[in-house]
Amino acid sequence: MIDKAKFKPKTVYVIYITATPKEVWRALTDPAFTKQYFFGFAIDVEPKIGGAFRLLTPDGRVHVRGEVVDWEPPRRFASTWTVEGMKDFAELPECLVSYDIEPSGEAVKLTMMESHSWEVPEAILSGGRSGWPAILSSLKSVLETGKPVAMKMEGPPPDMIKAVQKALMEKAWLKDR
Amino acid sequence: MSKPSFVYVIYIAAPPEKVWQALTDPEMTEKYWFGFRVAAAGKPGDYMTARSPAGKEVHRDVILESDPPRRLSYAWQPLYDEMRSERPSRVTFELEPFKEQTKLTIVHDEFDEGSKIFGLISKGWPAVLSSMKSFLEIGRGLQPSWEGEVAKRAAEAAR
Repeated sequence: MIDKAKFKPKTVYVIYITATPKEVWRALTDPAFTKQYFFGFAIDVEPKIGGAFRLLTPDGRVHVRGEVVDWEPPRRFASTWTVEGMKDFAELPECLVSYDIEPSGEAVKLTMMESHSWEVPEAILSGGRSGWPAILSSLKSVLETGKPVAMKMEGPPPDMIKAVQKALMEKAWLKDR
Repeated sequence: MSKPSFVYVIYIAAPPEKVWQALTDPEMTEKYWFGFRVAAAGKPGDYMTARSPAGKEVHRDVILESDPPRRLSYAWQPLYDEMRSERPSRVTFELEPFKEQTKLTIVHDEFDEGSKIFGLISKGWPAVLSSMKSFLEIGRGLQPSWEGEVAKRAAEAAR
Protein backbone atom coordinates (compact mmCIF):
# COMPACT_ATOMS: atom_id res chain seq x y z
CA MET A 1 0.00 0.00 0.00
CA ILE A 2 1.19 3.50 -0.87
CA ASP A 3 2.05 6.19 1.67
CA LYS A 4 -0.89 8.56 1.10
CA ALA A 5 0.86 11.44 2.87
CA LYS A 6 3.40 11.64 0.04
CA PHE A 7 0.70 12.42 -2.55
CA LYS A 8 -0.29 16.06 -3.04
CA PRO A 9 -3.40 17.15 -5.03
CA LYS A 10 -2.38 18.74 -8.34
CA THR A 11 -5.74 18.79 -10.12
CA VAL A 12 -9.04 19.29 -8.30
CA TYR A 13 -12.45 19.32 -9.98
CA VAL A 14 -15.75 19.97 -8.20
CA ILE A 15 -19.18 19.40 -9.74
CA TYR A 16 -22.66 19.39 -8.21
CA ILE A 17 -25.11 16.70 -9.31
CA THR A 18 -28.86 16.28 -8.78
CA ALA A 19 -28.70 12.73 -7.44
CA THR A 20 -28.25 10.85 -4.19
CA PRO A 21 -24.79 9.89 -2.86
CA LYS A 22 -25.62 6.23 -3.59
CA GLU A 23 -26.43 7.03 -7.22
CA VAL A 24 -23.16 8.94 -7.64
CA TRP A 25 -21.27 6.09 -5.97
CA ARG A 26 -22.84 3.63 -8.40
CA ALA A 27 -22.00 5.83 -11.39
CA LEU A 28 -18.35 5.84 -10.29
CA THR A 29 -18.01 2.12 -9.53
CA ASP A 30 -20.40 0.23 -11.86
CA PRO A 31 -18.97 -0.71 -15.29
CA ALA A 32 -22.34 -0.29 -17.03
CA PHE A 33 -22.25 3.36 -15.90
CA THR A 34 -18.58 4.19 -16.46
CA LYS A 35 -18.81 2.92 -20.05
CA GLN A 36 -21.37 5.64 -20.76
CA TYR A 37 -19.30 8.65 -19.67
CA PHE A 38 -15.64 7.56 -19.30
CA PHE A 39 -14.49 7.32 -22.94
CA GLY A 40 -16.20 3.93 -23.10
CA PHE A 41 -13.97 2.46 -20.37
CA ALA A 42 -15.42 -0.13 -18.01
CA ILE A 43 -14.28 -0.09 -14.39
CA ASP A 44 -13.32 -3.43 -12.86
CA VAL A 45 -12.75 -3.08 -9.14
CA GLU A 46 -12.45 -5.40 -6.17
CA PRO A 47 -14.66 -3.70 -3.58
CA LYS A 48 -12.19 -3.50 -0.68
CA ILE A 49 -9.08 -1.62 0.41
CA GLY A 50 -6.08 -3.26 -1.25
CA GLY A 51 -8.30 -4.67 -4.01
CA ALA A 52 -7.37 -4.53 -7.68
CA PHE A 53 -8.61 -1.61 -9.78
CA ARG A 54 -8.65 -1.54 -13.59
CA LEU A 55 -10.17 0.52 -16.38
CA LEU A 56 -10.76 -1.59 -19.49
CA THR A 57 -11.06 -0.34 -23.06
CA PRO A 58 -14.20 -1.28 -25.05
CA ASP A 59 -12.24 -4.22 -26.56
CA GLY A 60 -11.17 -5.45 -23.13
CA ARG A 61 -7.55 -4.28 -22.91
CA VAL A 62 -6.22 -2.85 -19.63
CA HIS A 63 -5.91 0.94 -19.94
CA VAL A 64 -5.37 1.82 -16.27
CA ARG A 65 -4.26 -0.47 -13.48
CA GLY A 66 -4.07 0.30 -9.77
CA GLU A 67 -4.96 -0.60 -6.22
CA VAL A 68 -7.93 0.49 -4.11
CA VAL A 69 -6.71 2.85 -1.38
CA ASP A 70 -10.04 4.02 0.12
CA TRP A 71 -13.38 2.23 -0.19
CA GLU A 72 -16.11 3.87 1.90
CA PRO A 73 -19.46 3.60 0.07
CA PRO A 74 -21.10 6.02 -0.61
CA ARG A 75 -18.62 8.67 0.60
CA ARG A 76 -15.10 8.11 -0.70
CA PHE A 77 -13.36 6.00 -3.32
CA ALA A 78 -9.65 6.31 -4.04
CA SER A 79 -7.24 4.20 -6.02
CA THR A 80 -3.78 4.40 -7.48
CA TRP A 81 -3.45 4.79 -11.26
CA THR A 82 -0.84 3.55 -13.68
CA VAL A 83 -1.77 4.25 -17.30
CA GLU A 84 -0.65 1.02 -18.97
CA GLY A 85 -2.51 1.60 -22.20
CA MET A 86 -0.25 4.38 -23.53
CA LYS A 87 3.36 4.03 -24.56
CA ASP A 88 5.82 5.55 -22.03
CA PHE A 89 3.06 6.59 -19.59
CA ALA A 90 3.21 3.16 -17.92
CA GLU A 91 6.73 3.92 -16.67
CA LEU A 92 5.72 7.06 -14.77
CA PRO A 93 5.17 6.79 -11.01
CA GLU A 94 1.58 5.90 -10.07
CA CYS A 95 -0.76 8.73 -9.16
CA LEU A 96 -3.70 8.72 -6.76
CA VAL A 97 -7.24 9.50 -7.92
CA SER A 98 -9.87 10.11 -5.25
CA TYR A 99 -13.58 10.91 -5.33
CA ASP A 100 -15.36 12.48 -2.36
CA ILE A 101 -19.16 12.48 -2.33
CA GLU A 102 -20.94 14.92 0.02
CA PRO A 103 -24.64 15.72 0.28
CA SER A 104 -25.30 19.40 -0.51
CA GLY A 105 -28.92 20.40 -0.11
CA GLU A 106 -30.91 18.34 -2.61
CA ALA A 107 -27.77 17.75 -4.64
CA VAL A 108 -24.42 16.03 -4.23
CA LYS A 109 -21.04 17.71 -4.30
CA LEU A 110 -18.51 15.48 -6.07
CA THR A 111 -14.83 16.36 -5.64
CA MET A 112 -12.20 14.61 -7.77
CA MET A 113 -8.55 14.98 -6.86
CA GLU A 114 -5.59 13.77 -8.89
CA SER A 115 -2.59 13.61 -6.53
CA HIS A 116 1.07 12.97 -7.25
CA SER A 117 4.09 12.00 -5.17
CA TRP A 118 6.56 14.09 -7.21
CA GLU A 119 6.83 17.51 -8.84
CA VAL A 120 4.95 16.59 -12.02
CA PRO A 121 5.53 19.03 -14.90
CA GLU A 122 2.47 21.11 -15.84
CA ALA A 123 2.56 19.61 -19.34
CA ILE A 124 1.96 16.12 -17.92
CA LEU A 125 -0.91 17.40 -15.77
CA SER A 126 -2.52 19.00 -18.83
CA GLY A 127 -3.92 15.67 -20.06
CA GLY A 128 -5.95 15.14 -16.89
CA ARG A 129 -6.91 18.79 -16.75
CA SER A 130 -8.56 18.53 -20.16
CA GLY A 131 -10.01 15.05 -19.55
CA TRP A 132 -11.59 15.32 -16.09
CA PRO A 133 -14.01 18.18 -16.89
CA ALA A 134 -15.33 16.22 -19.91
CA ILE A 135 -15.64 12.94 -17.99
CA LEU A 136 -17.32 14.45 -14.93
CA SER A 137 -19.61 16.77 -16.94
CA SER A 138 -20.74 13.68 -18.79
CA LEU A 139 -21.22 11.70 -15.56
CA LYS A 140 -23.52 14.49 -14.33
CA SER A 141 -25.53 14.40 -17.56
CA VAL A 142 -25.86 10.59 -17.44
CA LEU A 143 -27.28 10.80 -13.91
CA GLU A 144 -29.57 13.77 -14.57
CA THR A 145 -30.74 13.14 -18.13
CA GLY A 146 -29.79 9.53 -18.90
CA LYS A 147 -27.55 10.71 -21.73
CA PRO A 148 -23.82 11.55 -21.81
CA VAL A 149 -22.49 14.75 -23.39
CA ALA A 150 -20.56 14.39 -26.63
CA MET A 151 -16.81 14.42 -26.18
CA LYS A 152 -13.99 14.94 -28.59
CA MET A 153 -11.83 11.84 -28.54
CA GLU A 154 -8.40 13.42 -28.52
CA GLY A 155 -5.16 11.70 -27.76
CA PRO A 156 -2.75 13.27 -25.28
CA PRO A 157 -1.44 16.71 -26.39
CA PRO A 158 1.98 16.55 -28.15
CA ASP A 159 3.57 18.66 -25.37
CA MET A 160 2.37 16.11 -22.84
CA ILE A 161 4.00 13.22 -24.69
CA LYS A 162 7.26 15.16 -24.93
CA ALA A 163 7.12 15.98 -21.21
CA VAL A 164 6.53 12.32 -20.34
CA GLN A 165 9.53 11.23 -22.42
CA LYS A 166 11.71 13.93 -20.83
CA ALA A 167 10.61 12.92 -17.31
CA LEU A 168 11.44 9.28 -18.09
CA MET A 169 14.93 10.20 -19.35
CA GLU A 170 15.65 12.29 -16.29
CA LYS A 171 13.80 10.02 -13.85
CA ALA A 172 12.56 13.35 -12.48
CA TRP A 173 10.64 11.79 -9.57
CA LEU A 174 13.82 10.42 -7.98
CA LYS A 175 14.98 13.97 -7.28
CA ASP A 176 12.11 14.50 -4.89
CA ARG A 177 12.76 11.41 -2.82
CA MET B 1 3.09 34.73 -3.22
CA SER B 2 1.96 34.63 -6.84
CA LYS B 3 -1.23 36.15 -8.22
CA PRO B 4 -3.98 33.51 -8.10
CA SER B 5 -6.16 32.64 -11.07
CA PHE B 6 -9.12 30.28 -11.30
CA VAL B 7 -9.92 28.08 -14.31
CA TYR B 8 -12.97 25.82 -14.66
CA VAL B 9 -14.32 23.89 -17.65
CA ILE B 10 -17.78 22.35 -18.01
CA TYR B 11 -19.48 20.63 -20.97
CA ILE B 12 -23.14 21.43 -21.54
CA ALA B 13 -25.63 19.64 -23.81
CA ALA B 14 -26.94 22.92 -25.29
CA PRO B 15 -25.69 25.07 -28.19
CA PRO B 16 -23.52 28.15 -27.47
CA GLU B 17 -26.45 30.51 -28.24
CA LYS B 18 -28.42 29.01 -25.31
CA VAL B 19 -25.41 29.10 -22.99
CA TRP B 20 -24.79 32.75 -23.97
CA GLN B 21 -28.37 33.63 -23.15
CA ALA B 22 -28.11 31.81 -19.82
CA LEU B 23 -25.03 33.86 -18.94
CA THR B 24 -26.39 37.28 -19.91
CA ASP B 25 -30.20 37.36 -19.46
CA PRO B 26 -31.44 38.10 -15.89
CA GLU B 27 -34.68 36.21 -16.55
CA MET B 28 -32.52 33.11 -17.08
CA THR B 29 -29.90 33.64 -14.36
CA GLU B 30 -32.63 34.10 -11.75
CA LYS B 31 -33.62 30.48 -12.32
CA TYR B 32 -30.22 28.86 -11.71
CA TRP B 33 -27.86 31.48 -10.19
CA PHE B 34 -29.49 30.99 -6.79
CA GLY B 35 -31.97 33.77 -7.41
CA PHE B 36 -29.50 36.43 -8.59
CA ARG B 37 -30.46 38.53 -11.63
CA VAL B 38 -27.36 39.03 -13.78
CA ALA B 39 -27.62 41.28 -16.84
CA ALA B 40 -24.60 41.12 -19.14
CA ALA B 41 -25.96 41.46 -22.67
CA GLY B 42 -24.43 44.90 -23.30
CA LYS B 43 -21.53 45.97 -25.48
CA PRO B 44 -17.97 46.59 -24.29
CA GLY B 45 -18.06 49.70 -22.12
CA ASP B 46 -21.60 48.97 -20.92
CA TYR B 47 -22.18 47.44 -17.50
CA MET B 48 -22.83 43.97 -16.19
CA THR B 49 -25.21 44.36 -13.27
CA ALA B 50 -26.31 41.81 -10.71
CA ARG B 51 -29.10 41.99 -8.15
CA SER B 52 -29.55 39.76 -5.13
CA PRO B 53 -32.84 37.90 -4.60
CA ALA B 54 -33.78 40.79 -2.27
CA GLY B 55 -33.26 43.28 -5.12
CA LYS B 56 -30.04 44.85 -3.88
CA GLU B 57 -27.45 45.76 -6.52
CA VAL B 58 -24.39 43.61 -5.81
CA HIS B 59 -22.42 44.19 -9.04
CA ARG B 60 -22.00 47.09 -11.45
CA ASP B 61 -18.97 46.09 -13.49
CA VAL B 62 -17.77 47.19 -16.90
CA ILE B 63 -18.06 44.74 -19.81
CA LEU B 64 -14.61 44.32 -21.35
CA GLU B 65 -15.34 42.05 -24.31
CA SER B 66 -18.53 40.75 -25.87
CA ASP B 67 -18.50 38.52 -28.95
CA PRO B 68 -21.78 36.57 -28.87
CA PRO B 69 -21.93 33.60 -28.61
CA ARG B 70 -18.20 32.96 -28.27
CA ARG B 71 -16.52 35.21 -25.73
CA LEU B 72 -17.63 37.41 -22.84
CA SER B 73 -15.44 39.23 -20.34
CA TYR B 74 -16.29 41.63 -17.53
CA ALA B 75 -14.68 43.16 -14.50
CA TRP B 76 -15.62 41.74 -11.10
CA GLN B 77 -15.85 43.86 -7.99
CA PRO B 78 -18.58 42.84 -5.55
CA LEU B 79 -20.30 45.84 -3.95
CA TYR B 80 -20.38 44.37 -0.47
CA ASP B 81 -18.75 46.49 2.20
CA GLU B 82 -15.70 44.40 3.03
CA MET B 83 -14.93 43.46 -0.57
CA ARG B 84 -14.89 46.94 -2.06
CA SER B 85 -11.33 47.40 -0.88
CA GLU B 86 -10.04 44.91 -3.47
CA ARG B 87 -9.38 46.15 -6.98
CA PRO B 88 -11.62 44.65 -9.70
CA SER B 89 -10.63 41.20 -10.96
CA ARG B 90 -11.61 39.88 -14.40
CA VAL B 91 -14.01 37.14 -15.52
CA THR B 92 -13.74 35.67 -19.03
CA PHE B 93 -16.07 33.06 -20.53
CA GLU B 94 -15.21 31.15 -23.70
CA LEU B 95 -17.87 29.09 -25.45
CA GLU B 96 -16.74 26.47 -27.97
CA PRO B 97 -19.34 24.56 -30.01
CA PHE B 98 -19.05 20.81 -30.48
CA LYS B 99 -21.85 18.71 -32.01
CA GLU B 100 -24.64 21.12 -30.95
CA GLN B 101 -23.11 21.21 -27.47
CA THR B 102 -20.83 23.65 -25.68
CA LYS B 103 -17.49 23.50 -23.94
CA LEU B 104 -17.62 26.42 -21.51
CA THR B 105 -14.35 27.67 -20.01
CA ILE B 106 -14.26 30.34 -17.32
CA VAL B 107 -11.03 32.07 -16.35
CA HIS B 108 -11.25 34.39 -13.36
CA ASP B 109 -7.95 36.24 -12.92
CA GLU B 110 -6.26 39.59 -12.28
CA PHE B 111 -6.60 39.19 -8.53
CA ASP B 112 -4.39 41.00 -6.07
CA GLU B 113 -1.99 38.82 -4.11
CA GLY B 114 -3.72 37.40 -1.04
CA SER B 115 -7.19 38.23 -2.41
CA LYS B 116 -10.07 37.21 -0.13
CA ILE B 117 -12.50 37.23 -3.04
CA PHE B 118 -10.45 34.53 -4.79
CA GLY B 119 -11.37 31.96 -2.12
CA LEU B 120 -15.06 32.81 -2.46
CA ILE B 121 -15.23 32.60 -6.24
CA SER B 122 -13.29 29.30 -6.27
CA LYS B 123 -16.15 27.75 -4.28
CA GLY B 124 -18.87 29.72 -6.05
CA TRP B 125 -18.27 29.13 -9.77
CA PRO B 126 -18.47 25.28 -9.70
CA ALA B 127 -21.86 25.57 -7.92
CA VAL B 128 -23.20 28.27 -10.27
CA LEU B 129 -22.03 26.54 -13.46
CA SER B 130 -23.17 23.06 -12.30
CA SER B 131 -26.56 24.64 -11.68
CA MET B 132 -26.56 26.32 -15.11
CA LYS B 133 -25.78 22.98 -16.77
CA SER B 134 -28.72 21.34 -14.98
CA PHE B 135 -30.98 24.27 -15.87
CA LEU B 136 -30.12 23.99 -19.57
CA GLU B 137 -30.30 20.19 -19.69
CA ILE B 138 -33.23 19.34 -17.43
CA GLY B 139 -34.99 22.67 -17.05
CA ARG B 140 -34.21 23.31 -13.40
CA GLY B 141 -31.17 24.52 -11.54
CA LEU B 142 -29.61 22.98 -8.47
CA GLN B 143 -30.48 23.77 -4.93
CA PRO B 144 -27.28 22.99 -3.08
CA SER B 145 -27.15 24.14 0.50
CA TRP B 146 -25.21 27.35 0.75
CA GLU B 147 -21.78 26.31 1.72
CA GLY B 148 -19.79 28.33 4.21
CA GLU B 149 -18.61 31.47 2.54
CA VAL B 150 -21.12 31.27 -0.27
CA ALA B 151 -23.93 31.32 2.29
CA LYS B 152 -22.37 34.23 4.12
CA ARG B 153 -22.04 36.18 0.92
CA ALA B 154 -25.66 35.59 -0.05
CA ALA B 155 -26.85 36.67 3.38
CA GLU B 156 -24.81 39.86 3.18
CA ALA B 157 -26.02 40.59 -0.32
CA ALA B 158 -29.62 40.17 0.72
CA ARG B 159 -29.33 42.61 3.62
